[in-house]
Amino acid sequence: MSERAAINRGRTWPTHVVLSVGAATMLFPFAWQIILSLSTQSEATSATPTFPAAPTLDNYALVFERLPFVSQFWVSVLITVLRTAAQLVLCSMAGYAFARMRFRGRDALLAVTLSVLMVPSQVYLIPQYEIVESMQWLNTVQGVVAPGLFSAFGTFLMRQFFASLPIELEEAARLDGCNPFQVFWRVMLPLTRPGLVALAIITVLWSWNDLLWPLVVTTDGTKMPLAVGLATLQGERSTQIPLVMAASLMAMAPILILFITLQRRVIEGIAHTGIK
Amino acid sequence: MTASTTAPGAGIAIPAPGRPARPRRKKAHTGHGAWPLLFVGPLAFGIAVFYLWPIVRTAYFSFTEWGVFGGSTWVGLENYQRLLADPELGRAALNTLIYTGVVVLGVPIGLVLAALLNRPGLRGATLYRTLFFLPYVAMPVAVAQVWKIIYNGDYGVLNWALGLIGIEGTYWVSTPGWSLIATAVLGLWLSLGFNIIILSAALRNVPRDLYEAAALDGASPMRQFRSITIPMVGRSVFFLTVVTVIAGLQLFDLLYTLVGTANPVMRDTKSLVYLFWEASFPDNEKGYGAAIAIAILVITACVTAVQFLLQRKWVHDV
Repeated sequence: MSERAAINRGRTWPTHVVLSVGAATMLFPFAWQIILSLSTQSEATSATPTFPAAPTLDNYALVFERLPFVSQFWVSVLITVLRTAAQLVLCSMAGYAFARMRFRGRDALLAVTLSVLMVPSQVYLIPQYEIVESMQWLNTVQGVVAPGLFSAFGTFLMRQFFASLPIELEEAARLDGCNPFQVFWRVMLPLTRPGLVALAIITVLWSWNDLLWPLVVTTDGTKMPLAVGLATLQGERSTQIPLVMAASLMAMAPILILFITLQRRVIEGIAHTGIK
Repeated sequence: MTASTTAPGAGIAIPAPGRPARPRRKKAHTGHGAWPLLFVGPLAFGIAVFYLWPIVRTAYFSFTEWGVFGGSTWVGLENYQRLLADPELGRAALNTLIYTGVVVLGVPIGLVLAALLNRPGLRGATLYRTLFFLPYVAMPVAVAQVWKIIYNGDYGVLNWALGLIGIEGTYWVSTPGWSLIATAVLGLWLSLGFNIIILSAALRNVPRDLYEAAALDGASPMRQFRSITIPMVGRSVFFLTVVTVIAGLQLFDLLYTLVGTANPVMRDTKSLVYLFWEASFPDNEKGYGAAIAIAILVITACVTAVQFLLQRKWVHDV
C-alpha cells in the first residue's frame, strides 16, 4: 500500500495538469459571463478582451427594467414546484402499486407505461398542444405544467426502489393492522428517500431548463418561463451583451446555487438513477 | 445508501429490475380491493391522456393535411412521400448524427477524467468535482448566450486567443459546417459532468486489489487503465453511450439559442427536432410535422437497436 501511495504521489502532477485544464474549461464561460455582465457594451464588444474599467451592477438593475424578468421567474418557480410535487406523489404511489400490489392487468399496464419511455417527446407534442389549446390553456402556467405532472420515467424509477425493499417489513406492518395506504406512507415511502431525492433532482433540473414544450405553448412575454424568455430575446434588447449576460446569470443562479449547496446529494442522486 | 444493489461495474444503481419477492402465502395479498386503483389511477389517467392517446393522434395526424382554418383532411401517404423526397430530411438527419458523434466523444473524455479524479489520495478532488459538475446543472439556454459571445467572429475571446498562437479564427456560429461543430462542442461541454458522475460511481465499484495486484506485477498506470478500468466499467460506458446518443438525437435547444432562427446558416444546420418544430409551429403544417415526429421515432429506434447489436458483439470479445 505504502509503495503504491509513493508511486501515486510521485506522479500526481500530470494528473493535476490535465484536471486543471479541464476544470478551467468548465469554469471559464461562467467567469467570462460574470465579467461581461459587469462591463459596458463597448467593453464587451472590443476586439481585445478587456476587463471592465469600472465594474458596474447597473446591468442587473436594467434586467428588471427592460425585461419581464420577475414574471418569468415566477412562472419558472411555479412550474418547477408543481411538477416536482406532483411527480413525487403520483410516481411514488403508482410505483409502489406496480412493485407491491397485485391487481388485474398490472403487468400490461406497467408495460404500456414503460413504452412511453421509448418514444421521443416530439411524437406526443402536437396532440399535447391540441389538448392545451382546446382547454384554452395557452400562455398559462397550467398549460406549461400539465403534461409534465405525470412521468413514466419517475414511475419506473420509484417502482425499482420499492421492489428492492424487503417484503417482511410490509408484512409486519400489515400484521400490526395498517391499511395499504398506511403501509405505503409510514413504512415504505420513508425507505425510498434516495429515490425520491433523485426524482426531485431530475424533475427540478428538467422543469427549470426545458425549452421546446414551453416555447410552443407560451408566446406572451410575461407568461413564459425564463428559458423561453432568454431564448426568444429579440431586437435591441438581445444585442445589449451586458444586459443579456446579467439576465442569463440571474436565470440560472437559483438552480446553480441550490445544487452546489446540495452537491453531495445531487451527485449521489444522479448516480442512483443513471438517467437524466 | 439504502438501495445498495449495484452490481460491480454498473453505473446504474437502479435496483435490479427483478420482480418483487413473492410472498409464500397468497392470502396476505388478496385483500387489496380498490386500493390499487387509488394508487395507480391518477398517474394512469395522466399517462393515458397526455402520452398514450397523443401517440395514436400523431400517427393519425401524419396521414392528414391541416387547413388554414384548422380542419384536417386525410391525404394518405402524401406527407411521407413528401418527407422522403425532401432534401431537408437527409440534411437534418446528417446534421443530427454529426452533432451526436461529437457529443459522444464526451464519454471517453469523461472516462479519462473520472479515472484521474478517482486516483486515491488526490488533493483537491472535491474542488475538481464541483467544477466539472457545474455545467450539468446550468441552464443550457443561459450558457448558450455567453458561448455565442465567446464564439463571436469580431470580438469573441476565442478568436482573440487563437490569434495569440497565430491562428486566424472565423465566424464560428454563422459559417456553414462550423456552426454545427460549435454547437456540438457546447453540447459536449454541457454533458461532460454527467458522464463523470456516472463513471466515477462505476469506478468506485472496481475492487482496489485488482489494481494492487497489477501494480505488483509491474503494470504501468496506462496498462492498468486499459486492462482493468475499461473492461470493468464497460457496462456503464455502454449505458452512457446509449443515453448520450438518444439525447443527441434530440438536438434543439442549443441550435435554437446558439445559432438562432434568423441566422442564414440555419438553413444548412437544422436538426431533426428543429425540422419538426419548424414544420409544426411556425409553418403550421402539423400533418407534415407529425410525419417528421414519426421519422424521428423510427430513426431513434434504429440507432438504439444498432447500438445494442454492437454491444452484444463487443461484450463477446471481452
